[in-house]
Amino acid sequence: MQKKIAVSMRGITKRFGSVVANNSVDLDVYQGEILAVLGENGCGKTTLMNMLAGIYYPDEGQIFVDGREVVIRSPKDAYALKIGMVHQHFKLVDLFTASENVVLGLKEEGRYNLKKVNEQVAEIAEKYGFHIEPQKRIYDMSVSEKQTVEIIKMLYRGADILILDEPTAVLTPQEITRLFDVLRRMKADGKSIIIITHKLHEVLSVSDRVAILRKGERVGTVETAQTSESELTEMMVGKKVSLNIERNAPVNASPRLLVRGLTTKSEDGRSAVRDVSFTVNGGEIFGIAGIAGSGQKELLEAIAGLQPVESGEIEFINPKKDRPVTFYHKSLKRVVELADKNAFHDGEGKPVSFKGMTRAEIRRRVNHGDVLFREDEVLSLRDKTPLQIRSLGIHLSFVPEDRLGMGLVGGMGITDNMMLRSYRKGHAGFVDRKKPRRQAEEIIRELEVITPGVNVPVRRLSGGNIQKVLLGREIAFTPKLLMAAYPVRGLDINSSYIIYNLLNRQKKNGVAVIFVGEDLDVLLELCDRIMVINSGAVTGIVDARTATKEEIGLLMTKTDDTAKENA
Amino acid sequence: MNEKKNATANEPLIHLSKRESISIVKSWLIRLAAIVLGLVVCGLVAYILSDKLRSGKKTIFDFYHSFLVKGSFSTSRKMWKFFKNMAVLQCISLAVTPAFRMQFWNTGAEGQTLMGVWGAIAVAFYLGGKVPAALLLVLMLAAALLCGALWALLPAIFKAKWNTNETLFTLMMNYVAANVVSYFLVVWVPSGSSSLGKLPFGRLPSVVHDYFLIIVVAFVLTIATFVYLNYSKHGYEISVVGTSVRTAQYSGMNVKKIIIRTMIVSGLLCGLTGYLIAAGLDQSITTESVGGQGFTAIMVSWLAHFNPLSMLLTSGLITLLNQGAAQISQDFNVSGAFPDVIVGIILFFIIGSEFFINYKVKLRRRARAVRKEDIK
Repeated sequence: MQKKIAVSMRGITKRFGSVVANNSVDLDVYQGEILAVLGENGCGKTTLMNMLAGIYYPDEGQIFVDGREVVIRSPKDAYALKIGMVHQHFKLVDLFTASENVVLGLKEEGRYNLKKVNEQVAEIAEKYGFHIEPQKRIYDMSVSEKQTVEIIKMLYRGADILILDEPTAVLTPQEITRLFDVLRRMKADGKSIIIITHKLHEVLSVSDRVAILRKGERVGTVETAQTSESELTEMMVGKKVSLNIERNAPVNASPRLLVRGLTTKSEDGRSAVRDVSFTVNGGEIFGIAGIAGSGQKELLEAIAGLQPVESGEIEFINPKKDRPVTFYHKSLKRVVELADKNAFHDGEGKPVSFKGMTRAEIRRRVNHGDVLFREDEVLSLRDKTPLQIRSLGIHLSFVPEDRLGMGLVGGMGITDNMMLRSYRKGHAGFVDRKKPRRQAEEIIRELEVITPGVNVPVRRLSGGNIQKVLLGREIAFTPKLLMAAYPVRGLDINSSYIIYNLLNRQKKNGVAVIFVGEDLDVLLELCDRIMVINSGAVTGIVDARTATKEEIGLLMTKTDDTAKENA
Repeated sequence: MNEKKNATANEPLIHLSKRESISIVKSWLIRLAAIVLGLVVCGLVAYILSDKLRSGKKTIFDFYHSFLVKGSFSTSRKMWKFFKNMAVLQCISLAVTPAFRMQFWNTGAEGQTLMGVWGAIAVAFYLGGKVPAALLLVLMLAAALLCGALWALLPAIFKAKWNTNETLFTLMMNYVAANVVSYFLVVWVPSGSSSLGKLPFGRLPSVVHDYFLIIVVAFVLTIATFVYLNYSKHGYEISVVGTSVRTAQYSGMNVKKIIIRTMIVSGLLCGLTGYLIAAGLDQSITTESVGGQGFTAIMVSWLAHFNPLSMLLTSGLITLLNQGAAQISQDFNVSGAFPDVIVGIILFFIIGSEFFINYKVKLRRRARAVRKEDIK
């Protein structure tokens, strides 16, 4: 069947300063199809679509809608051409209801009739199978509901061409399935849908065709039915990539961080973290999953000493060197007592037992020096500032979600950013830039950071390179506990794999790694255990080797109420 | 064909885009062009306002000569005065800079400096003649530093503890300082003339020239502030807090302490400047002893991008403009507000040029060829 072209873009070029975001891109969208625009972060997918939606204006090139050349200068022009875009960051007024947001900014004939709008919104929802309450206010809504409002807003404006920018990034697997059903119904209704994404399995499950962008250029368009995950990746990255994340079994796992009944202080009557308990072992990667904003950030910050704690305990177990028993105990009777409690080991991990030995034999064995005793130091992190934590000798590294707003200083070069950890060293009032500079050069070399120089502001580097600098600095601190929040967010596939490898190397070195992630596939492949949280409370801790995506998805939305219903 | 025309006509007229980076040469060329343009506009305004120019008694060349050369450099007295004024302005600009680097908008340098003057004069007034001259000078310095620091410390504490708006707070402290001075003028000058005569005590010794010491101090302070901000641990902390408080907390810095400490440094520098004004120049005090330089300093520091060395250029430029403008009103029979007008025009152009340094402006492009044949 020959389909009609809805939109054509020809030779579209957009530059930001010296950066070419789109270079002479051609793209066709047919009526009644779902087109996936696939590409790595920073390849210009969103920029290209923003030019259709009237957010940006192309430097070169033409856009045709229904075969006629058009000029789209503003979102208003786009609406007039029946093009609507749902942005990654929703543009809704929190205090308004769904319907009020839908009509916001429209200048319609006649009186403002909210009741009629409510009915129309309900009608649109009915038609495509959305679940929405037109009179619910945005601040009461979940992310998925907000997205529904955005989509209905576009449909209400008569959009026939709907662009969705990374619509699944914030949804649970169940919500994604629902969204895709809706999209298929809209397609059947003759609408053209463009989804911007970098997730391959979604592309394969929902789209008809895939347009692949790489570094601002279109590298090809393929029929979804005739392609595969590995072919798409190859087109996206430009070379063959193995998509398996290495995962080894934890070695010598022993508790490193104990969190018990942790509740953070609330500012508006609602604690972001509520009664959270878990244990992280050295030598494992402990994943934390949950819908964005479920308290992940606050939990990590509470551990790092940046978030006031209301109640609960945070304890860090500082592994000490093994020492011979004689170092601690002189009384043989006491030693035998402790041996019965499995307190000793022989240096190869095997417990030492004195069963059936005479006192003389026991004494000889003990004095021989291979009966070892491990005394771990338990340190409370609660109510400690980051500086106090460091002065306790705890090597705690933290890669925060907000890289430039918290982890690094955007306006400073790599050298000065290295100093954030170390500038206090030395008694003189002046900073020493020699060592940080050497460290910076080392990170640039080892992690292959692409930068014009050590003193170029890190703000000017790409997302992947910024993350390498941050993670590199935190790892150079030789952590015993490494917390990383969304460390691969916004990174291309190659950079992501470099980060996974770095984390795996830390795990091998016996570091306790906490990995807060959003991509469940990655969490399931990389982590040893995964803790799921929802609105600040733990809803489950699962074994990542056996758990399924659906299982975690359910835990992500489980609340106390649903738990009660199920019980 | 018609369609194409419409399409082109609809394109936006002006295209603004942020510059990624700009070469130093280019940015200075833009600034220079702005100053030249500003001077041309000044000439036009002067021509309209001055009878002497219009009647041909003086030429436009005379105007620029008065403005740029005669005002500051025609006699050695004027040159000393130029460097003295520049030194005072430079000192106050240096004083506000540490706070500015921390994004703490200290608009209270006027009051902090005035309190420095007050502290020094108060000591001279009460202890003058009762203690040895050298000791008096030391006590005056201590009082000036203390008063300047105190005036800066109050808003800093409020900012650190309750996150009050420092811009408003420091601004208001200026008025408090002015009123403190007014009050003491009434106390000290019972006759009610409200002007304190030149005190016979507490004068800094004159080396080479009356103004020489102040100029040397300003120069030394410039170097010291530059080193403090760029090479000390304090300076590093200030930069981090200035970019992101969250990053500072993350790296374990005590942000409150840094805010308070930095404002004390700012206040001490203001106090020191006040001391120089009191003991080195005026030996007296009025509510206008600082004469608005506390506000001008904000601009000097800003235009120099908070770099103490570039500040030598900006404080010099502003002093040059001020003295030149005063010279013009003398030479050209224009109203008293005229100097302010022309200084304002030039500053408008200089500040406006920053926009063109940060943004690229492109006008509408010509029509492109339609590739209609590409459409199936």
